[in-house]
Amino acid sequence: MIVFEKPKALTDAPLHYCPGCTHGIIHRLVAEAMDSLDITGRTIGVASVGCSVFTYNYFNCDMVQAAHGRAPAVATGLKRADPSKIIFTYQGDGDLASIGTAETVHSAARGENITIIFVNNAIYGMTGGQMAPTSLPGQVTQTSPYGRDVNTVGYPVRICEMLSTLDGPCYLERVAVNNVKNVRHAKKAIEKAFRNQVEGKGFSLIEVISTCPTNWGKTPQAALEWAEQNMIPYYPLGVYKDKYSEEAGK
Amino acid sequence: MAEKILMKGNEALAEAAIMAGCRHYFGYPITPQTEVAAYMAKRMPRIGGTFLQAESEIAAINMVIGAAAAGKRSMTSSSSPGISLKSEGISYMAGCDLPGLIVNVQRGGPGLGGIQPSQSDYFQATRGGGHGDYHLLVLAPNSVQEMADLVFKGFDMSEKYRIPCMLLADGTMGQMMEPVALPERSAETIDKPWALTGTEGKRKPNIINSLALAPHELEEWNLERFKRYDIIRETEQMSESYLMDDAEICVVAFGIAARVSQNAVDTARAMGIKAGMIRPITLWPFPEKALKTAADQCKAFVSVELNMGQMIEDVKLSIECCKPVSLCCRTGGMIPTPDEVVAAIVKANEGGKQA
Repeated sequence: MIVFEKPKALTDAPLHYCPGCTHGIIHRLVAEAMDSLDITGRTIGVASVGCSVFTYNYFNCDMVQAAHGRAPAVATGLKRADPSKIIFTYQGDGDLASIGTAETVHSAARGENITIIFVNNAIYGMTGGQMAPTSLPGQVTQTSPYGRDVNTVGYPVRICEMLSTLDGPCYLERVAVNNVKNVRHAKKAIEKAFRNQVEGKGFSLIEVISTCPTNWGKTPQAALEWAEQNMIPYYPLGVYKDKYSEEAGK
Repeated sequence: MAEKILMKGNEALAEAAIMAGCRHYFGYPITPQTEVAAYMAKRMPRIGGTFLQAESEIAAINMVIGAAAAGKRSMTSSSSPGISLKSEGISYMAGCDLPGLIVNVQRGGPGLGGIQPSQSDYFQATRGGGHGDYHLLVLAPNSVQEMADLVFKGFDMSEKYRIPCMLLADGTMGQMMEPVALPERSAETIDKPWALTGTEGKRKPNIINSLALAPHELEEWNLERFKRYDIIRETEQMSESYLMDDAEICVVAFGIAARVSQNAVDTARAMGIKAGMIRPITLWPFPEKALKTAADQCKAFVSVELNMGQMIEDVKLSIECCKPVSLCCRTGGMIPTPDEVVAAIVKANEGGKQA
């Protein structure tokens, strides 16, 4: 009996991520959702710019690579071109919450029937560890070498909270993958975000609190702990919007 | 021939796009092209198409990328400042080998500029506009009829070569009304095995991408694209010659400048000057062959433009500077009068250098 195997929605390409990075876990959860809903053959993914730029090599579905921040707009074009396809984007915090803020907000406001996987690790990973829109107050990065000073560069952006003020989105949840319990919950949330699209319910975004041991300058274990102690308090986990359960509750 | 109807250039273009099979339009309001969006907003929902007013020009071009990646005929339209915003997406389209139609109904610049007609985005259009080594197919209509005809041509060429196409009009072409016979033809259908239609578990994933970190790989991609550019340069140059058989002075002009210049050529002829005109219809590929042939018989060229002299560089390159080329131009949204063009022709005929 096989008790553990690679999801069919992942290719055999070795992931290029740094040791201890949680992108690998998140990729697996996305692939498991595709397997579970049996949608890989009609799914089209949109890769973004950042560490996850090569996702087009890892998912076993049609993929397009979008310009920095523009993935939700590309996804909108794909979905409008053929609403029977399942369209998802996989974006980091710099991509989604900084350069692509307009595309994020307006695809949410339109209630595009797409799924967004938003990986928040509070840093620009691929370019070598610069301050992100989600870097925490006081966080030391290459471009905030004395710690993020909120008096000069302002405060982090909480995407789920911000988008939850809009009428457009269907489902917004923030999850984490820093321990087994959170991973198991994240799996359910990601699957739900895809199922919503299959059922035509509309815009779903899952924010995943992730780690960057390399650019945080920590061991993988210490990075998981740092996420628990610093990121999750600033970015509380939970459901920020669930239109259908709210309507059911009325 | 279909019955002629009176239409505004922008509307004729929009209807032609629908007739050419375009069902996905993404745009953002900007003068003087907003009629295209307004027309699409009315028509698309009635024919099962998509009209979407994007949050920005940037988003609009990226929506075009999405629909084009799915294999659909899609387009966007804008005017000069908006095209600057789209330039990132256009570069990605070129790098991803995605077809699509981008309409630029030009206004005066730089910056916010003005809203009157201009041709000052010639460099931007013919040199690519965004970053990287690439070209666009660039078509320049000079009548409402061509606003419609060239849309078909643009979509067809764009899909055939997998190169984005820019229809480079100016505010006059967009705003003026003329009788137009909408083309009586259906859209060409081209097989798109590269399109993202879902693997259905029957094929390997299709990947549309412009990223190649290995320089030798990126060079290979670019060289392959430039082979297609070479074919296009060889086979797709389009221009119209007017009174060129015995011409000694060759006026070169496109769009509204060509309409003005044609009158000027007639006037010059009445004055006894053997003037003619070559009107580029494709700005990229530039009609080098027609220009080079003309250089054998003409003693001088006059480039007439609604900018400070951009196409003139292509005129000089085409004839390899073997004859004097002078410039007759207005900028900022001003259009040269026929008299100004006549004066430039007279001067060229007298052997004057730069006008």
